Amino acid sequence: MVNRSIEWFGDLGSFSWKVICAAVTRPFELREIFRQFDEIGSKSFPLVALAGAAIGTVLALESRSSLVRFGAKSMLPAAIVFSIIHEMGPIVTGLVVAGRVGAGIGAELGSMKVTEQIDAIEASAVNPYKLLVFTRVLACIVVLPLLTLVTDFCGVFAGWVAVALSDPISLHRFLDKGFSGVSFSDFLAPTFRTCAFGLIIGLVSCFQGMRTRGGTEGVGRSATSSVVLSSLFVILADVMLVKLILIFFP
Amino acid sequence: MKQSTAEATLESNHTGRVPGEPVLVLRDVDKSFGAQHVLDGISLTVTRGETLAVLGRSGTGKSVLLKLIIGLESMDSGSICIQGQEIAGLALKEMNRLRIKMGFLFQQAALYDSLTVEQNVAFPLERHTKMSASERSARVKELLNSVGMEQDLKKLPSDISGGMQKRVGLARALALQPEILLLDEPTAGLDPITSREIDDLILKLQEEHALTSVVVTHDLQSAKTIADRVALLDKGKVVMEGSFDELAESNDGLVREFFKKDS
Repeated sequence: MVNRSIEWFGDLGSFSWKVICAAVTRPFELREIFRQFDEIGSKSFPLVALAGAAIGTVLALESRSSLVRFGAKSMLPAAIVFSIIHEMGPIVTGLVVAGRVGAGIGAELGSMKVTEQIDAIEASAVNPYKLLVFTRVLACIVVLPLLTLVTDFCGVFAGWVAVALSDPISLHRFLDKGFSGVSFSDFLAPTFRTCAFGLIIGLVSCFQGMRTRGGTEGVGRSATSSVVLSSLFVILADVMLVKLILIFFP
Repeated sequence: MKQSTAEATLESNHTGRVPGEPVLVLRDVDKSFGAQHVLDGISLTVTRGETLAVLGRSGTGKSVLLKLIIGLESMDSGSICIQGQEIAGLALKEMNRLRIKMGFLFQQAALYDSLTVEQNVAFPLERHTKMSASERSARVKELLNSVGMEQDLKKLPSDISGGMQKRVGLARALALQPEILLLDEPTAGLDPITSREIDDLILKLQEEHALTSVVVTHDLQSAKTIADRVALLDKGKVVMEGSFDELAESNDGLVREFFKKDS
């Protein structure tokens, strides 16, 4: 088990090096990069918006009763905004994208691997690490912070709706109170830590997809392991990055 | 009708081509996957314009041989020279320069399943030529016309039969006007009539494009139709090499068994 883990990390390191080498040489596959922005970004939009709205609503409902008990009901907008922007938005976006995109990339590349399409790309003198991997990894890195903004926006908006239904409050006043204690660094660092989530999701999913063996069963295994490993590493990265952010932005 | 065309061309093949310069030279090539020794000291030479058929039972390393030639796998030891250039240790950029000179037809055609027939054939042209969209489109139509697939430009690979996929795979392999054509089981999984049609097509394309070819197959009829020379592989070694008739008349037990079983 330990040996296999070491071997896996070794292979991932070698895979990452090939992707880096491919990334710095021409052509840059711009058309494929924009296609992946659409595939990974636009098509994840409804899911992350829904997830954001759900966490905003749940946070509002759950936090309200606790804050009322301690006589701190006026803190509710700030609690919602701070929780979503600081932690819930980034991690929920990371996990939702790991599920949707990780499975998609793992299955797509896995299927291409077992049907020799990746070999065919290489035989056509095209670098598959650039065409298939670099484009997807870059799209994940760029798109994750943008999707996090969507989650944050929908979460805060749904939080306001949930609060306003029980205690009428205008959106302007809700935002005013919510963002009163939030600085730009509170927003910036957590949002941009999702770039690391994007790197993890893209790299791990592509790696699992491109090492697929064993026909359709292997494709299924790759899709599952892409989601499981991406989610696991996103959670681990979140813990480490939160600690780092607290050090650099106390 | 096409069968007779194949036989007529076969006649000319068997009259023998003038031996040209060596285009592809393999010397003592070894390849293992873990404990499994797949190729054991393979030495073969293919001259310009020649078609070599590599025969052998399943699992004797025939497809691995083609993948070594195009650099999809790396050999453990030995030497592979393509047009005088040794490929061992070649940088990716140089290897890609050689790959552009080679066309590869995969066993299952390996068409990109998210692209249409037209886009599949255009793929290498988009990446390695400076053709305008209209020139590319004309070239794709010309290639698909040469393999009898000009009516199916907009279809996806999943919407066409296995034989048609092989035709499109051939058109894609020929897109960059390669000098060397590598064919991995071109007739595998096809019915006898479609197999002979594919053989005829390969013969026609070989002549039109003056190609040097290596064909991996276990279809004796196909080897007889399209190859100038045949090499029989067993347990990773070349058991016998020569013309089809020489192998068919051989007294070697293994060769006789193979030819008897498949005839």
